[in-house]
Amino acid sequence: MVSSDRSQQSLVPNLPIPISGGIDRDKQANPRDSSRGLSSRSPVQIVRPLVAQPDEIARLLAIWLMKGDEQVAAERVVGLACRLCGKRYPKEALNFCTDDFGPLEVVYDYDEVAKTFSRETVAGRARSMWRYLELLPLDGEPTVGRHVGRTPLVRADRLARALGVSELYIKNDAVNHPTLSFKDRVVGAALSKAVEFGFQTVGCASTGNLANSVAANAAAAGLEAYVLIPDGLEQGKVLGAMIHGARVVAVEGNYDQVNRLCSQIAFRFGWGFVNVNLRPFYAEGSKTVGFEIAEDLGWRAPDHVVVPMAGGSLIGKIHKAFKELELLGMLNGPVLTKMHGAQATGCNPISATVKNGASKVRPVKNPSTIAKSLAIGDPADGYFASKLIRETGGWSDDVDDESIIDAMKLLAETEGIWTETAGGVTLAVTQRLIEQGRIDRDESIVVCITGNGLKTQEPLLERLARPVVIKPSLEEFEALVEKFTPALATV
Amino acid sequence: MPLVRIPTPLRPHSGGLDKVEVAGSTVQELFDQLGAAYPALRERLFDGAELRRFVNVYVNDEDIRYLDDLATPVAPTDEVSIIPAVAGG
Repeated sequence: MVSSDRSQQSLVPNLPIPISGGIDRDKQANPRDSSRGLSSRSPVQIVRPLVAQPDEIARLLAIWLMKGDEQVAAERVVGLACRLCGKRYPKEALNFCTDDFGPLEVVYDYDEVAKTFSRETVAGRARSMWRYLELLPLDGEPTVGRHVGRTPLVRADRLARALGVSELYIKNDAVNHPTLSFKDRVVGAALSKAVEFGFQTVGCASTGNLANSVAANAAAAGLEAYVLIPDGLEQGKVLGAMIHGARVVAVEGNYDQVNRLCSQIAFRFGWGFVNVNLRPFYAEGSKTVGFEIAEDLGWRAPDHVVVPMAGGSLIGKIHKAFKELELLGMLNGPVLTKMHGAQATGCNPISATVKNGASKVRPVKNPSTIAKSLAIGDPADGYFASKLIRETGGWSDDVDDESIIDAMKLLAETEGIWTETAGGVTLAVTQRLIEQGRIDRDESIVVCITGNGLKTQEPLLERLARPVVIKPSLEEFEALVEKFTPALATV
Repeated sequence: MPLVRIPTPLRPHSGGLDKVEVAGSTVQELFDQLGAAYPALRERLFDGAELRRFVNVYVNDEDIRYLDDLATPVAPTDEVSIIPAVAGG
């Protein structure tokens, strides 16, 4: 059981305590009203704005302590709060604060969480991301994506030797169920919430992996799906959405233009767009990457995590996961993890911000990289990602297309893991950070691989050698072995 | 006159209007006029003299950050859209 007083004293002694706010439940809109749009939102009570805290745990605690009176004490998922001003909202399909446009985040009552959430209860549950249900934003049981998650954390010793480090792991979401990317996690959370809200039609703006996941999971849940993508995505990602019967719409423009259109569509039609009006719930699904890493490391947080960055949300949610486990007393030792972010040079708004020491993220107008899944020029969470990287002592860098391919090959040849181009970005940046001395060679490192190479074959077709063709002849094969591996030819 | 499109969540602060014709030759001038008519709207879009961090403004289809920010010229036939930035990814 977590005590707010104890936590406050021992973890954040100088935390400013906001005026008690809380949500008047009598005034809450029926969540199902949200299926018709945003107009049904009820009045909310304003609490004292949160001062930006340098530490994630202080922020979590501050929001937690704002939960207010006993009216909401029995609810594990309390509502939403603005990350900038702290204004509270009920649970509804809304992604930004109507006072300052700041992002909304799910608020939990960690006392309620602690009643049923422990290492022991987690260990006894099914091997999916839902074993961490208490820290996910649903009011009931999951209804969509029940088999998502619990992907392998691979101890990558051969790759470690190649990189000259001692303790290296690959978090391999390239084999996530059902669509082979980490996006199944956020979609499982968002669509389960969409069902709770009563949405019949869902959608997304996607660079590919999200399109696949929304299409597949919506199909399995019997939901109508509209998937909007930039024209010109990899064929594997387009087919991977269409096979599930989704309405796939390719927009003439880049991702940021698709995203803007989706914001307008979500308001116009009142649908549940997973990364627009359902975004606060969607993003929480990413935390399960962090929960799984910590559990597989024996309930500890690693020294370094390297994460690919597109919109910039995942890196923050992994760190939040570690901090929540720490808050609940479930980790061995404190969270001292340095969070590192990886981008492609052809679309590097966040890494440029970190490297330049800027406070404002300058968007990239025309992204140009083979890592199309990371080609978001105007990242919604860029500000928070760059802030987190600095605060944790991490770093961010970006790599060119050839480095991406080389890293994809290195991972495949040393560990037998075929990642998509985004994984090449992450590993190539990891290599660079090790060479720069920003990652200590003797510390534990987790590299997050978020997508599967089967989906992004195009960049490899021109760069990989073709198979050797021979006649069905033993002599020809012997000649081949002599050429490739002479030591084996003498048998 | 240029047309400013108001997103759904801000319409309570624009008298329920989804679009407003406003006189002005730059984005700044449009927002000055708009703010004079609807002070609560201005409060939500601006932090002091600057647009808030998570507010994106487009002249027709172009993000003003790629143009001249608030000094971006606006023609009488142009449409200005206000879009919340917290989406996608």
